[in-house]
Amino acid sequence: MSSSVRQGSRASRYALRTIALGYLTLLLVLPLVALFYRTFEHGLAPVWAAVTAPYAVHAFWLSLELVAIAVPLNTVFGIGIALLLERHPFRGRSLVGALIDVPFAVSPVVIGLSLVLVYGDQGWFGTSLMAHGISVIFSVPGMVLATAFVSLPFVARETMPVLRELGTDSEEAAATLGASPWQVFWRVTLPAIRWAVTYGVVLTTARALGEFGAVSIVSGNVLGVTQTLPLYVKNEFDNFDVTGAYAASVVLALLTVFTLLFMQVLTRKARRAD
Amino acid sequence: MAIEVYDVNKRFGDFVALGDVSVPVDDGSLTALLGPSGSGKSTLLRVIAGLETPDSGRVVIDGDDVTDTPARERGVGFVFQAYAPFKHMTVRDNVAFGLRVRKHPKADTERRVAELLGLVRLDGLGDRYPSQLSGGQQQRMALARALAPQPHVLLLDEPFGALDAQVRAELRDWLRRLHDEIDVTTIFVTHDQEEAMEVAEQIVVMNRGRIEQIGAPRELYEHPSNEFVMSFIGPVNRLGGNTFLRPHDIEILAIDEAGGATEALVERVVHLGFEVRVELLLGDGERIWAQVTREQAAELELAEGQILATRFRSPRVFAAG
Repeated sequence: MSSSVRQGSRASRYALRTIALGYLTLLLVLPLVALFYRTFEHGLAPVWAAVTAPYAVHAFWLSLELVAIAVPLNTVFGIGIALLLERHPFRGRSLVGALIDVPFAVSPVVIGLSLVLVYGDQGWFGTSLMAHGISVIFSVPGMVLATAFVSLPFVARETMPVLRELGTDSEEAAATLGASPWQVFWRVTLPAIRWAVTYGVVLTTARALGEFGAVSIVSGNVLGVTQTLPLYVKNEFDNFDVTGAYAASVVLALLTVFTLLFMQVLTRKARRAD
Repeated sequence: MAIEVYDVNKRFGDFVALGDVSVPVDDGSLTALLGPSGSGKSTLLRVIAGLETPDSGRVVIDGDDVTDTPARERGVGFVFQAYAPFKHMTVRDNVAFGLRVRKHPKADTERRVAELLGLVRLDGLGDRYPSQLSGGQQQRMALARALAPQPHVLLLDEPFGALDAQVRAELRDWLRRLHDEIDVTTIFVTHDQEEAMEVAEQIVVMNRGRIEQIGAPRELYEHPSNEFVMSFIGPVNRLGGNTFLRPHDIEILAIDEAGGATEALVERVVHLGFEVRVELLLGDGERIWAQVTREQAAELELAEGQILATRFRSPRVFAAG
Protein backbone atom coordinates (compact mmCIF):
# COMPACT_ATOMS: atom_id res chain seq x y z
CA MET A 1 0.00 0.00 0.00
CA SER A 2 2.56 2.49 1.15
CA SER A 3 4.95 1.58 -1.67
CA SER A 4 2.26 2.17 -4.27
CA VAL A 5 1.67 5.57 -2.72
CA ARG A 6 5.37 6.28 -2.99
CA GLN A 7 5.42 5.08 -6.60
CA GLY A 8 2.44 7.25 -7.34
CA SER A 9 4.18 10.25 -5.86
CA ARG A 10 7.32 9.39 -7.82
CA ALA A 11 5.33 9.20 -11.05
CA SER A 12 3.68 12.52 -10.33
CA ARG A 13 7.06 14.00 -9.50
CA TYR A 14 8.38 12.97 -12.92
CA ALA A 15 5.25 14.27 -14.57
CA LEU A 16 5.67 17.63 -12.84
CA ARG A 17 9.31 17.80 -13.85
CA THR A 18 8.48 16.98 -17.47
CA ILE A 19 5.77 19.59 -17.63
CA ALA A 20 7.99 22.27 -16.10
CA LEU A 21 10.94 21.48 -18.36
CA GLY A 22 8.71 21.21 -21.43
CA TYR A 23 7.19 24.59 -20.68
CA LEU A 24 10.60 26.18 -20.28
CA THR A 25 11.88 24.53 -23.45
CA LEU A 26 9.00 25.67 -25.61
CA LEU A 27 8.93 29.17 -24.21
CA LEU A 28 12.58 29.96 -23.55
CA VAL A 29 15.12 27.48 -24.77
CA LEU A 30 13.82 26.75 -28.27
CA PRO A 31 13.42 30.38 -29.35
CA LEU A 32 16.89 31.21 -28.04
CA VAL A 33 18.43 28.19 -29.75
CA ALA A 34 16.65 29.14 -32.99
CA LEU A 35 17.95 32.68 -32.65
CA PHE A 36 21.54 31.53 -32.22
CA TYR A 37 21.16 28.98 -35.02
CA ARG A 38 19.80 31.47 -37.51
CA THR A 39 22.39 34.07 -36.55
CA PHE A 40 25.38 31.84 -37.13
CA GLU A 41 23.83 29.86 -40.01
CA HIS A 42 26.20 31.38 -42.55
CA GLY A 43 29.27 31.51 -40.37
CA LEU A 44 30.89 34.25 -38.33
CA ALA A 45 31.80 36.77 -41.05
CA PRO A 46 28.34 38.21 -41.77
CA VAL A 47 27.58 38.36 -38.03
CA TRP A 48 30.79 40.23 -37.37
CA ALA A 49 30.04 42.64 -40.19
CA ALA A 50 26.54 43.22 -38.81
CA VAL A 51 27.57 43.90 -35.21
CA THR A 52 30.42 46.20 -36.24
CA ALA A 53 28.16 48.29 -38.49
CA PRO A 54 28.40 51.92 -37.27
CA TYR A 55 24.75 52.20 -36.24
CA ALA A 56 24.92 48.90 -34.36
CA VAL A 57 28.02 50.01 -32.50
CA HIS A 58 26.39 53.31 -31.68
CA ALA A 59 23.28 51.58 -30.38
CA PHE A 60 25.44 49.28 -28.26
CA TRP A 61 27.28 52.17 -26.61
CA LEU A 62 24.10 54.16 -26.11
CA SER A 63 22.52 51.21 -24.34
CA LEU A 64 25.53 50.92 -22.07
CA GLU A 65 25.43 54.67 -21.44
CA LEU A 66 21.80 54.49 -20.31
CA VAL A 67 22.66 51.60 -18.00
CA ALA A 68 25.66 53.47 -16.63
CA ILE A 69 23.46 56.42 -15.64
CA ALA A 70 20.16 54.78 -14.69
CA VAL A 71 21.60 51.93 -12.60
CA PRO A 72 23.66 54.06 -10.16
CA LEU A 73 20.71 56.47 -9.86
CA ASN A 74 18.31 53.69 -9.00
CA THR A 75 20.81 52.05 -6.66
CA VAL A 76 21.19 55.19 -4.54
CA PHE A 77 17.49 55.95 -4.72
CA GLY A 78 16.51 52.32 -4.05
CA ILE A 79 18.66 52.09 -0.91
CA GLY A 80 17.40 55.49 0.21
CA ILE A 81 13.74 54.65 -0.21
CA ALA A 82 14.21 51.23 1.44
CA LEU A 83 15.83 52.89 4.46
CA LEU A 84 13.12 55.52 4.58
CA LEU A 85 10.30 52.98 4.46
CA GLU A 86 11.85 50.46 6.85
CA ARG A 87 13.66 52.69 9.33
CA HIS A 88 11.69 55.93 9.45
CA PRO A 89 8.02 55.01 9.29
CA PHE A 90 5.84 57.99 8.44
CA ARG A 91 2.25 58.70 7.52
CA GLY A 92 1.62 57.69 3.93
CA ARG A 93 4.31 55.03 4.09
CA SER A 94 2.12 52.41 2.44
CA LEU A 95 1.22 54.83 -0.34
CA VAL A 96 4.91 55.34 -1.15
CA GLY A 97 5.39 51.58 -0.95
CA ALA A 98 2.66 51.12 -3.54
CA LEU A 99 4.07 53.90 -5.74
CA ILE A 100 7.39 52.10 -6.04
CA ASP A 101 5.58 49.23 -7.74
CA VAL A 102 3.97 51.42 -10.41
CA PRO A 103 6.74 50.68 -12.96
CA PHE A 104 6.01 46.96 -12.47
CA ALA A 105 2.31 47.43 -12.92
CA VAL A 106 2.07 49.96 -15.74
CA SER A 107 2.94 49.13 -19.34
CA PRO A 108 6.25 50.74 -20.42
CA VAL A 109 4.48 52.32 -23.38
CA VAL A 110 2.20 54.19 -21.01
CA ILE A 111 5.23 55.30 -19.01
CA GLY A 112 6.83 56.61 -22.20
CA LEU A 113 3.70 58.52 -23.17
CA SER A 114 3.32 60.08 -19.74
CA LEU A 115 6.95 61.23 -19.81
CA VAL A 116 6.24 62.91 -23.13
CA LEU A 117 3.23 64.63 -21.58
CA VAL A 118 5.38 66.13 -18.83
CA TYR A 119 8.70 66.77 -20.58
CA GLY A 120 7.70 66.97 -24.26
CA ASP A 121 7.75 70.33 -26.07
CA GLN A 122 4.01 70.71 -25.32
CA GLY A 123 4.42 69.28 -21.82
CA TRP A 124 4.26 70.84 -18.34
CA PHE A 125 7.99 71.26 -17.87
CA GLY A 126 8.93 70.81 -21.49
CA THR A 127 8.17 74.37 -22.55
CA SER A 128 10.32 76.00 -19.89
CA LEU A 129 13.07 73.41 -20.36
CA MET A 130 13.06 74.16 -24.07
CA ALA A 131 13.37 77.87 -23.31
CA HIS A 132 16.62 77.07 -21.51
CA GLY A 133 17.85 75.04 -24.42
CA ILE A 134 17.36 71.67 -22.73
CA SER A 135 15.56 69.05 -24.73
CA VAL A 136 14.50 65.97 -22.83
CA ILE A 137 12.20 64.15 -25.18
CA PHE A 138 13.74 62.72 -28.38
CA SER A 139 17.17 62.91 -26.77
CA VAL A 140 19.32 61.08 -24.23
CA PRO A 141 18.02 62.76 -21.01
CA GLY A 142 14.50 61.51 -21.76
CA MET A 143 15.80 58.03 -22.46
CA VAL A 144 17.65 58.04 -19.15
CA LEU A 145 14.41 59.07 -17.43
CA ALA A 146 12.46 56.30 -19.14
CA THR A 147 15.11 53.69 -18.36
CA ALA A 148 15.37 54.81 -14.76
CA PHE A 149 11.57 54.78 -14.43
CA VAL A 150 11.05 51.22 -15.64
CA SER A 151 13.95 49.78 -13.61
CA LEU A 152 13.19 51.72 -10.44
CA PRO A 153 11.67 49.11 -8.10
CA PHE A 154 14.33 46.39 -8.08
CA VAL A 155 16.92 47.67 -5.60
CA ALA A 156 14.29 48.96 -3.16
CA ARG A 157 12.20 45.78 -3.36
CA GLU A 158 15.22 43.49 -2.89
CA THR A 159 16.60 45.52 0.00
CA MET A 160 13.47 46.16 2.06
CA PRO A 161 12.81 42.60 3.33
CA VAL A 162 16.48 42.18 4.24
CA LEU A 163 16.45 45.42 6.21
CA ARG A 164 13.29 44.30 7.99
CA GLU A 165 14.79 40.95 8.90
CA LEU A 166 18.04 42.56 10.02
CA GLY A 167 16.17 44.62 12.63
CA THR A 168 17.52 47.69 14.34
CA ASP A 169 19.58 46.05 17.11
CA SER A 170 22.96 46.13 15.41
CA GLU A 171 22.41 49.70 14.20
CA GLU A 172 21.45 50.77 17.71
CA ALA A 173 24.44 48.92 19.12
CA ALA A 174 26.69 50.86 16.72
CA ALA A 175 25.09 54.13 17.82
CA THR A 176 25.67 53.41 21.52
CA LEU A 177 29.30 52.64 20.62
CA GLY A 178 29.69 56.19 19.33
CA ALA A 179 29.06 55.78 15.59
CA SER A 180 27.47 58.68 13.72
CA PRO A 181 24.46 57.91 11.49
CA TRP A 182 26.78 58.01 8.49
CA GLN A 183 29.22 55.57 10.12
CA VAL A 184 26.32 53.30 11.10
CA PHE A 185 25.20 53.19 7.48
CA TRP A 186 28.61 52.50 5.94
CA ARG A 187 29.96 50.14 8.57
CA VAL A 188 26.90 48.25 9.76
CA THR A 189 23.81 48.63 7.56
CA LEU A 190 25.36 48.55 4.10
CA PRO A 191 27.55 45.48 4.74
CA ALA A 192 24.48 43.67 6.06
CA ILE A 193 22.37 44.43 2.99
CA ARG A 194 25.14 44.25 0.38
CA TRP A 195 23.95 41.03 -1.25
CA ALA A 196 20.39 42.25 -1.55
CA VAL A 197 21.64 45.48 -3.11
CA THR A 198 23.89 43.58 -5.53
CA TYR A 199 21.02 41.36 -6.54
CA GLY A 200 18.84 44.42 -7.09
CA VAL A 201 21.56 46.10 -9.15
CA VAL A 202 21.90 43.07 -11.41
CA LEU A 203 18.15 42.91 -12.00
CA THR A 204 18.08 46.67 -12.62
CA THR A 205 20.86 46.30 -15.18
CA ALA A 206 19.14 43.48 -17.01
CA ARG A 207 15.86 45.39 -17.08
CA ALA A 208 17.50 48.65 -18.21
CA LEU A 209 19.41 46.90 -21.00
CA GLY A 210 16.32 45.29 -22.42
CA GLU A 211 13.86 48.18 -22.13
CA PHE A 212 12.00 48.81 -25.37
CA GLY A 213 8.53 50.32 -24.96
CA ALA A 214 9.12 53.43 -22.89
CA VAL A 215 12.43 54.25 -24.55
CA SER A 216 11.00 53.77 -28.04
CA ILE A 217 8.35 56.42 -27.42
CA VAL A 218 10.60 58.88 -25.66
CA SER A 219 13.58 58.55 -27.99
CA GLY A 220 11.94 59.25 -31.34
CA ASN A 221 14.05 56.33 -32.57
CA VAL A 222 16.54 58.33 -34.62
CA LEU A 223 19.03 55.99 -36.30
CA GLY A 224 22.53 56.49 -34.98
CA VAL A 225 21.39 59.16 -32.52
CA THR A 226 18.75 57.95 -30.08
CA GLN A 227 18.63 54.29 -30.95
CA THR A 228 19.44 51.76 -28.25
CA LEU A 229 20.23 48.13 -28.94
CA PRO A 230 16.64 46.86 -28.56
CA LEU A 231 15.39 49.70 -30.80
CA TYR A 232 18.08 48.86 -33.35
CA VAL A 233 16.98 45.21 -33.37
CA LYS A 234 13.39 46.21 -34.06
CA ASN A 235 14.52 48.67 -36.75
CA GLU A 236 16.64 46.10 -38.58
CA PHE A 237 13.84 43.57 -38.33
CA ASP A 238 11.32 46.00 -39.81
CA ASN A 239 13.74 46.75 -42.64
CA PHE A 240 14.09 43.02 -43.45
CA ASP A 241 17.78 43.10 -42.53
CA VAL A 242 17.44 39.77 -40.78
CA THR A 243 21.15 39.19 -40.21
CA GLY A 244 21.55 42.59 -38.58
CA ALA A 245 18.52 42.01 -36.36
CA TYR A 246 19.64 38.54 -35.30
CA ALA A 247 23.22 39.54 -34.68
CA ALA A 248 22.23 42.51 -32.52
CA SER A 249 19.73 40.30 -30.68
CA VAL A 250 22.47 37.86 -29.86
CA VAL A 251 24.65 40.64 -28.48
CA LEU A 252 21.74 41.85 -26.34
CA ALA A 253 20.90 38.34 -25.19
CA LEU A 254 24.53 37.64 -24.31
CA LEU A 255 24.83 40.87 -22.31
CA THR A 256 21.77 39.95 -20.27
CA VAL A 257 22.80 36.34 -19.85
CA PHE A 258 26.20 37.44 -18.57
CA THR A 259 24.54 39.80 -16.12
CA LEU A 260 22.33 37.02 -14.82
CA LEU A 261 25.20 34.53 -14.65
CA PHE A 262 27.17 37.11 -12.70
CA MET A 263 24.24 37.23 -10.28
CA GLN A 264 24.22 33.43 -9.93
CA VAL A 265 27.90 33.49 -9.02
CA LEU A 266 27.32 36.28 -6.54
CA THR A 267 24.38 34.60 -4.82
CA ARG A 268 26.37 31.42 -4.47
CA LYS A 269 29.21 33.41 -2.95
CA ALA A 270 26.77 35.20 -0.68
CA ARG A 271 25.30 31.95 0.54
CA ARG A 272 28.76 30.68 1.35
CA ALA A 273 29.65 33.89 3.17
CA ASP A 274 26.62 33.82 5.50
CA MET B 1 24.83 59.64 42.15
CA ALA B 2 25.66 58.25 38.71
CA ILE B 3 22.27 57.98 37.07
CA GLU B 4 19.09 59.82 37.97
CA VAL B 5 15.82 59.37 36.16
CA TYR B 6 13.15 61.97 36.97
CA ASP B 7 9.42 61.63 36.26
CA VAL B 8 9.88 59.93 32.92
CA ASN B 9 6.76 59.25 30.86
CA LYS B 10 6.65 57.26 27.66
CA ARG B 11 3.64 56.15 25.67
CA PHE B 12 3.42 53.99 22.57
CA GLY B 13 0.04 54.97 21.16
CA ASP B 14 -2.41 54.28 23.97
CA PHE B 15 -0.02 52.00 25.82
CA VAL B 16 1.68 53.60 28.79
CA ALA B 17 5.17 52.08 28.78
CA LEU B 18 6.47 54.35 31.56
CA GLY B 19 4.36 56.44 33.93
CA ASP B 20 6.12 59.00 36.16
CA VAL B 21 9.16 56.84 36.65
CA SER B 22 11.94 58.13 38.91
CA VAL B 23 14.97 56.04 39.77
CA PRO B 24 18.21 56.95 41.52
CA VAL B 25 21.22 54.75 40.83
CA ASP B 26 24.40 55.06 42.90
CA ASP B 27 27.78 55.53 41.27
CA GLY B 28 29.45 52.18 40.69
CA SER B 29 26.46 50.15 41.83
CA LEU B 30 24.85 47.12 40.25
CA THR B 31 21.11 47.55 39.80
CA ALA B 32 18.44 45.22 38.45
CA LEU B 33 15.24 46.38 36.78
CA LEU B 34 12.87 43.56 37.66
CA GLY B 35 9.36 43.01 36.41
CA PRO B 36 7.08 40.90 34.24
CA SER B 37 7.04 41.40 30.48
CA GLY B 38 5.35 44.63 29.49
CA SER B 39 6.28 46.27 32.79
CA GLY B 40 8.38 48.92 31.04
CA LYS B 41 11.78 47.77 32.29
CA SER B 42 13.36 47.48 28.84
CA THR B 43 11.86 50.81 27.79
CA LEU B 44 13.39 52.45 30.86
CA LEU B 45 16.77 50.95 29.99
CA ARG B 46 16.46 52.24 26.41
CA VAL B 47 15.48 55.69 27.68
CA ILE B 48 18.61 55.80 29.82
CA ALA B 49 20.71 54.72 26.80
CA GLY B 50 19.14 57.35 24.54
CA LEU B 51 17.64 54.74 22.21
CA GLU B 52 14.16 55.91 23.16
CA THR B 53 13.08 59.52 23.70
CA PRO B 54 10.82 60.05 26.73
CA ASP B 55 7.64 62.08 26.22
CA SER B 56 8.51 64.00 29.37
CA GLY B 57 10.96 63.77 32.25
CA ARG B 58 14.73 63.95 32.53
CA VAL B 59 17.70 61.63 32.52
CA VAL B 60 20.87 62.72 34.29
CA ILE B 61 24.17 60.86 34.00
CA ASP B 62 27.13 61.91 36.15
CA GLY B 63 25.45 65.22 36.88
CA ASP B 64 24.83 66.11 33.21
CA ASP B 65 21.29 66.33 31.88
CA VAL B 66 21.50 64.01 28.86
CA THR B 67 17.78 63.94 28.03
CA ASP B 68 18.45 65.56 24.65
CA THR B 69 21.86 63.98 24.04
CA PRO B 70 21.94 61.36 21.28
CA ALA B 71 22.88 57.81 22.24
CA ARG B 72 26.30 58.00 20.62
CA GLU B 73 27.38 60.85 22.89
CA ARG B 74 26.14 59.45 26.19
CA GLY B 75 29.11 57.23 26.96
CA VAL B 76 26.83 54.32 27.66
CA GLY B 77 27.62 50.68 26.91
CA PHE B 78 24.58 48.67 25.88
CA VAL B 79 24.30 44.90 25.61
CA PHE B 80 21.29 43.70 23.66
CA GLN B 81 19.21 40.69 24.53
CA ALA B 82 20.06 38.99 21.21
CA TYR B 83 23.65 40.38 21.44
CA ALA B 84 23.26 42.31 18.13
CA PRO B 85 26.64 41.16 16.79
CA PHE B 86 28.04 42.76 13.62
CA LYS B 87 27.88 39.51 11.66
CA HIS B 88 30.20 40.57 8.86
CA MET B 89 33.01 41.43 11.26
CA THR B 90 35.36 39.18 13.19
CA VAL B 91 35.16 39.08 16.96
CA ARG B 92 38.19 41.36 17.14
CA ASP B 93 36.63 43.93 14.76
CA ASN B 94 33.37 43.78 16.71
CA VAL B 95 35.17 44.64 19.94
CA ALA B 96 37.31 47.31 18.25
CA PHE B 97 34.27 49.01 16.63
CA GLY B 98 33.62 51.57 19.36
CA LEU B 99 37.29 52.59 19.40
CA ARG B 100 37.63 52.81 15.61
CA VAL B 101 34.59 55.01 15.05
CA ARG B 102 36.12 57.38 17.57
CA LYS B 103 39.44 57.35 15.71
CA HIS B 104 41.29 55.89 18.66
CA PRO B 105 45.05 55.41 18.00
CA LYS B 106 45.65 52.09 16.24
CA ALA B 107 48.25 50.55 18.51
CA ASP B 108 46.25 51.41 21.60
CA THR B 109 43.09 49.96 20.03
CA GLU B 110 44.83 46.66 19.41
CA ARG B 111 46.20 46.53 22.92
CA ARG B 112 42.81 47.31 24.45
CA VAL B 113 40.99 44.76 22.29
CA ALA B 114 43.47 42.04 23.28
CA GLU B 115 43.03 43.00 26.93
CA LEU B 116 39.22 42.87 26.68
CA LEU B 117 39.20 39.54 24.86
CA GLY B 118 41.25 38.23 27.79
CA LEU B 119 38.85 39.75 30.27
CA VAL B 120 35.85 38.01 28.69
CA ARG B 121 37.87 34.82 28.15
CA LEU B 122 37.72 34.87 24.36
CA ASP B 123 41.47 34.99 23.74
CA GLY B 124 42.34 33.00 20.65
CA LEU B 125 38.86 33.48 19.16
CA GLY B 126 39.49 36.99 17.81
CA ASP B 127 39.58 35.92 14.17
CA ARG B 128 36.29 34.03 14.30
CA TYR B 129 32.98 35.37 13.10
CA PRO B 130 30.05 35.72 15.53
CA SER B 131 28.21 32.84 13.84
CA GLN B 132 31.08 30.56 14.85
CA LEU B 133 30.61 31.30 18.54
CA SER B 134 28.25 29.73 21.07
CA GLY B 135 25.49 31.83 22.64
CA GLY B 136 27.50 32.40 25.82
CA GLN B 137 30.58 33.41 23.81
CA GLN B 138 28.56 35.84 21.70
CA GLN B 139 27.18 37.30 24.90
CA ARG B 140 30.69 37.86 26.25
CA MET B 141 31.80 39.35 22.92
CA ALA B 142 28.89 41.79 23.08
CA LEU B 143 29.97 42.70 26.61
CA ALA B 144 33.60 43.27 25.58
CA ARG B 145 32.39 45.41 22.66
CA ALA B 146 30.25 47.53 24.98
CA LEU B 147 33.12 47.95 27.46
CA ALA B 148 35.78 48.86 24.88
CA PRO B 149 35.12 52.63 24.75
CA GLN B 150 35.26 52.69 28.58
CA PRO B 151 31.64 53.73 29.23
CA HIS B 152 30.60 55.33 32.51
CA VAL B 153 27.47 53.25 32.46
CA LEU B 154 26.82 49.68 31.36
CA LEU B 155 23.28 48.68 30.46
CA LEU B 156 22.26 45.08 29.81
CA ASP B 157 18.87 44.03 28.44
CA GLU B 158 17.93 40.53 29.67
CA PRO B 159 21.60 39.57 29.45
CA PHE B 160 21.09 35.92 30.29
CA GLY B 161 17.64 35.39 28.85
CA ALA B 162 18.58 33.39 25.78
CA LEU B 163 21.10 31.07 27.41
CA ASP B 164 20.58 27.62 28.89
CA ALA B 165 20.39 27.27 32.64
CA GLN B 166 23.94 26.16 33.35
CA VAL B 167 25.65 28.79 31.19
CA ARG B 168 23.33 31.35 32.72
CA ALA B 169 24.36 30.55 36.28
CA GLU B 170 28.01 30.68 35.28
CA LEU B 171 27.66 34.04 33.53
CA ARG B 172 25.73 35.57 36.41
CA ASP B 173 28.47 34.70 38.79
CA TRP B 174 31.06 36.02 36.35
CA LEU B 175 29.20 39.30 35.76
CA ARG B 176 29.06 39.83 39.50
CA ARG B 177 32.83 39.44 39.79
CA LEU B 178 33.49 41.48 36.65
CA HIS B 179 31.51 44.33 38.12
CA ASP B 180 33.73 44.33 41.20
CA GLU B 181 36.80 44.47 38.94
CA ILE B 182 35.96 47.20 36.45
CA ASP B 183 34.02 49.78 38.44
CA VAL B 184 31.26 50.81 36.05
CA THR B 185 27.73 51.70 37.07
CA THR B 186 25.69 48.76 35.80
CA ILE B 187 21.95 48.31 35.25
CA PHE B 188 20.47 45.11 33.91
CA VAL B 189 16.95 44.13 33.03
CA THR B 190 15.53 40.79 34.08
CA HIS B 191 12.20 39.10 34.67
CA ASP B 192 13.82 36.47 36.86
CA GLN B 193 13.61 37.44 40.54
CA GLU B 194 16.24 34.89 41.56
CA GLU B 195 18.69 36.36 39.07
CA ALA B 196 17.99 39.87 40.37
CA MET B 197 18.38 38.76 44.01
CA GLU B 198 21.61 36.93 43.29
CA VAL B 199 23.40 39.52 41.17
CA ALA B 200 22.12 42.98 42.08
CA GLU B 201 22.88 45.30 44.97
CA GLN B 202 19.72 47.26 44.32
CA ILE B 203 16.48 46.07 42.72
CA VAL B 204 13.90 48.27 41.06
CA VAL B 205 10.61 46.36 40.88
CA MET B 206 8.43 47.51 37.98
CA ASN B 207 4.88 46.70 36.99
CA ARG B 208 2.69 48.19 34.25
CA GLY B 209 5.04 51.06 33.54
CA ARG B 210 5.35 52.08 37.17
CA ILE B 211 7.85 51.55 39.95
CA GLU B 212 6.49 49.38 42.76
CA GLN B 213 9.50 49.48 45.05
CA ILE B 214 13.23 50.16 45.08
CA GLY B 215 15.56 48.54 47.57
CA ALA B 216 18.26 46.04 48.40
CA PRO B 217 17.28 42.41 47.68
CA ARG B 218 16.90 41.53 51.34
CA GLU B 219 14.90 44.62 52.12
CA LEU B 220 12.46 43.84 49.31
CA TYR B 221 12.08 40.29 50.46
CA GLU B 222 11.57 41.14 54.10
CA HIS B 223 9.67 44.41 53.76
CA PRO B 224 7.75 44.34 50.52
CA SER B 225 5.67 47.48 50.26
CA ASN B 226 2.76 45.84 48.50
CA GLU B 227 1.19 42.64 47.33
CA PHE B 228 2.80 42.79 43.89
CA VAL B 229 6.34 43.05 45.21
CA MET B 230 5.75 40.34 47.80
CA SER B 231 4.42 37.86 45.26
CA PHE B 232 6.92 38.76 42.54
CA ILE B 233 10.00 38.59 44.70
CA GLY B 234 9.32 35.17 46.23
CA PRO B 235 6.71 32.46 46.70
CA VAL B 236 3.63 33.50 48.59
CA ASN B 237 0.34 32.21 50.03
CA ARG B 238 -2.74 34.35 50.10
CA LEU B 239 -4.95 33.96 53.12
CA GLY B 240 -8.47 35.32 53.51
CA GLY B 241 -8.29 38.34 51.23
CA ASN B 242 -5.35 40.60 52.04
CA THR B 243 -3.13 38.51 54.26
CA PHE B 244 0.03 37.18 52.65
CA LEU B 245 2.43 34.62 53.95
CA ARG B 246 5.73 33.15 52.75
CA PRO B 247 5.65 29.31 52.60
CA HIS B 248 8.64 29.09 54.93
CA ASP B 249 6.79 31.22 57.48
CA ILE B 250 4.27 28.44 58.02
CA GLU B 251 5.32 26.35 60.97
CA ILE B 252 4.06 22.77 61.05
CA LEU B 253 3.64 21.08 64.40
CA ALA B 254 2.33 17.78 65.67
CA ILE B 255 -1.26 18.31 66.77
CA ASP B 256 -0.63 17.58 70.47
CA GLU B 257 2.12 20.24 70.84
CA ALA B 258 0.00 22.99 69.47
CA GLY B 259 -1.91 25.44 71.59
CA GLY B 260 -4.21 27.75 69.70
CA ALA B 261 -2.85 26.71 66.31
CA THR B 262 -4.84 26.16 63.10
CA GLU B 263 -5.47 22.58 62.11
CA ALA B 264 -4.63 21.49 58.62
CA LEU B 265 -4.93 18.37 56.51
CA VAL B 266 -1.85 17.30 54.53
CA GLU B 267 -2.99 16.85 50.92
CA ARG B 268 0.32 16.26 49.26
CA VAL B 269 4.01 16.05 50.14
CA VAL B 270 6.57 16.90 47.43
CA HIS B 271 10.24 16.11 48.06
CA LEU B 272 12.54 18.54 46.24
CA GLY B 273 15.85 17.53 47.80
CA PHE B 274 16.65 19.71 50.77
CA GLU B 275 13.28 21.42 50.56
CA VAL B 276 9.99 19.64 51.12
CA ARG B 277 6.80 21.23 49.89
CA VAL B 278 3.67 20.46 51.87
CA GLU B 279 0.25 21.24 50.45
CA LEU B 280 -2.28 21.87 53.18
CA LEU B 281 -6.04 22.19 53.39
CA LEU B 282 -7.15 24.48 56.21
CA GLY B 283 -10.32 24.13 58.27
CA ASP B 284 -12.02 27.03 56.47
CA GLY B 285 -11.44 25.35 53.09
CA GLU B 286 -8.41 27.42 52.04
CA ARG B 287 -5.42 25.73 50.44
CA ILE B 288 -1.87 26.86 51.19
CA TRP B 289 1.56 25.35 50.86
CA ALA B 290 4.41 25.31 53.32
CA GLN B 291 8.12 24.87 52.85
CA VAL B 292 9.94 22.73 55.41
CA THR B 293 13.37 21.12 55.50
CA ARG B 294 13.98 17.42 54.95
CA GLU B 295 14.75 17.01 58.64
CA GLN B 296 11.53 18.63 59.77
CA ALA B 297 9.55 16.48 57.35
CA ALA B 298 11.21 13.35 58.67
CA GLU B 299 10.65 14.35 62.28
CA LEU B 300 6.94 14.94 61.72
CA GLU B 301 6.70 11.80 59.56
CA LEU B 302 4.72 13.84 57.03
CA ALA B 303 2.28 11.83 54.95
CA GLU B 304 -0.78 12.54 52.91
CA GLY B 305 -4.03 12.46 54.88
CA GLN B 306 -2.34 13.42 58.12
CA ILE B 307 -3.86 16.11 60.34
CA LEU B 308 -1.38 18.62 61.77
CA ALA B 309 -1.29 22.00 63.41
CA THR B 310 0.07 25.10 61.68
CA ARG B 311 1.28 28.38 63.08
CA PHE B 312 1.89 31.50 60.95
CA ARG B 313 4.98 33.64 61.44
CA SER B 314 4.94 37.28 60.31
CA PRO B 315 1.92 37.33 58.03
CA ARG B 316 1.60 40.58 56.03
CA VAL B 317 -1.55 42.51 55.39
CA PHE B 318 -1.71 44.94 52.44
CA ALA B 319 -4.45 47.40 51.71
CA ALA B 320 -6.63 46.17 48.89
CA GLY B 321 -5.64 47.41 45.46
